[in-house]
Amino acid sequence: MTEENNQLVIIKGTKEGLIFHLHDDCSFRSLIEELTLKLNEQYPNADAERKVDVVVKLGHRYLTEERKRAMQQLIEKDKRFRLVRYEAEVIDKKTATEWLEETEVKRVKQIVRSGQVVQVKGDLLLIGDVNPGGQVRATGNIYILGKLSGIAHAGIDGDEQAVIVASYMDPMQLRIANYISRSPDYETEGLYMECGYLDKESDKIIIDRLQVLPYIRKRFQEVERRINK
Amino acid sequence: MSEAIVITSGKGGVGKTTTTANIGTALALMDKKVCLIDTDIGLRNLDVMMGLENRIIYDIVDVIEGRCNVQQALIQDKRFSSLSLLPAAQTHDKSAVTKDGMIAIVTELKQQYDYIIIDCPAGIEQGFENAIAGADKAIVVTTPEKSSVRDADRIIGLIEQHEMERPRLIINRIRNHMMKEGDMLDIDDIVQILSIDLLGIVIDSDDVIKAANSGEPVAFQPNNKASIAYRNIARRILGETVPLQTLEEESGVFSKMRKFFGLQKK
Repeated sequence: MTEENNQLVIIKGTKEGLIFHLHDDCSFRSLIEELTLKLNEQYPNADAERKVDVVVKLGHRYLTEERKRAMQQLIEKDKRFRLVRYEAEVIDKKTATEWLEETEVKRVKQIVRSGQVVQVKGDLLLIGDVNPGGQVRATGNIYILGKLSGIAHAGIDGDEQAVIVASYMDPMQLRIANYISRSPDYETEGLYMECGYLDKESDKIIIDRLQVLPYIRKRFQEVERRINK
Repeated sequence: MSEAIVITSGKGGVGKTTTTANIGTALALMDKKVCLIDTDIGLRNLDVMMGLENRIIYDIVDVIEGRCNVQQALIQDKRFSSLSLLPAAQTHDKSAVTKDGMIAIVTELKQQYDYIIIDCPAGIEQGFENAIAGADKAIVVTTPEKSSVRDADRIIGLIEQHEMERPRLIINRIRNHMMKEGDMLDIDDIVQILSIDLLGIVIDSDDVIKAANSGEPVAFQPNNKASIAYRNIARRILGETVPLQTLEEESGVFSKMRKFFGLQKK
């Protein structure tokens, strides 16, 4: 075929570093062979202290973790390059399901009573109240169509961008990622239509009208937010 | 068609046993055949409140362990032939009763009685599970105190995990002057937090304690507020629509107007 004419590995330079375009229609072995050749062709970089960043574009090829590791070893062998990431047009089902899970809004209809814990992957939309002593946890955002009088923990896997929104906010504690804020020791009246978010400047959780959300979380809607991490 | 109703609360000392005794009495007053079961093994009280303590020969553990049959263990009330009590054991602990044993007893009693009222022990352990096992319906008793409402909430959560109708709520020991001054949770707040139907409210009255000490449940007294409250609860259990008791002693036209316009102070 045309394999001999076409190059299987095309290396392009950008400001950030090198991009390796890998042909996605040939066998992995021939790819490795050509890559080895190409890498050996290059003159050893005199300035060995500064490694060159490499992005590998795989096109429509799916690489198993094992092969990814093999390729990384090959590229980084001479200590001239540093593999930043793989970019591919395809992912496997497992990853896709995980992404979906992570970004989906899970709807739960329940009154979360004292002693009960509701935990979901992704965002939580709770239709019901969280009573004092009850707890809701989500890897993403938490939206409560009801009263929040218990504990809400958003971004349990460490997502500091996560927010907690409630129709009626009178929580015992708000937790976002590794931050905890608790209500004051004196009796408080709850507030309607509030949101809690992590303010990086003051390094604490802030409760505000939920109307401020579009300004503080511009990327709020973006599904890619959690995928890119 | 008979019904088994469990009276529970989570927290101790809110008046489960008093409620059981009085609802049972009130239902019996309305010509229903009622059986009370005390499941608080080791700490039995219901027999004392009913004034039947010294008539006990066999108890629920004897029935479960096969030393007698259910009929032998039942004690007929001294006032009504239609009211009976299955007493708890005083010498065993809660592990002596099993879920299956409870279910068997309740099923047998159902053929004979219209209402089986089960007095549940405090806590959420085995004793609670046993008491719940045989019941079709649950009544949660709470007092207007934060800790008691918190425990009631926990209990409701646990009951919801069983295949049972949504429990109904009795708010016990209401002190009107404290509620008015905002020193106690008010009824609306409690109902809103627990979000289950309110079956009745019972005012805190010295007569309830006096009556329990004399072994004559307060529901026998004709004009006592607490007594009327219990009889109203019994009527609601029977399916009647009975308006909630007014707590105010003198509820004037003005306060009714205020209430009508939603201006009543919380």
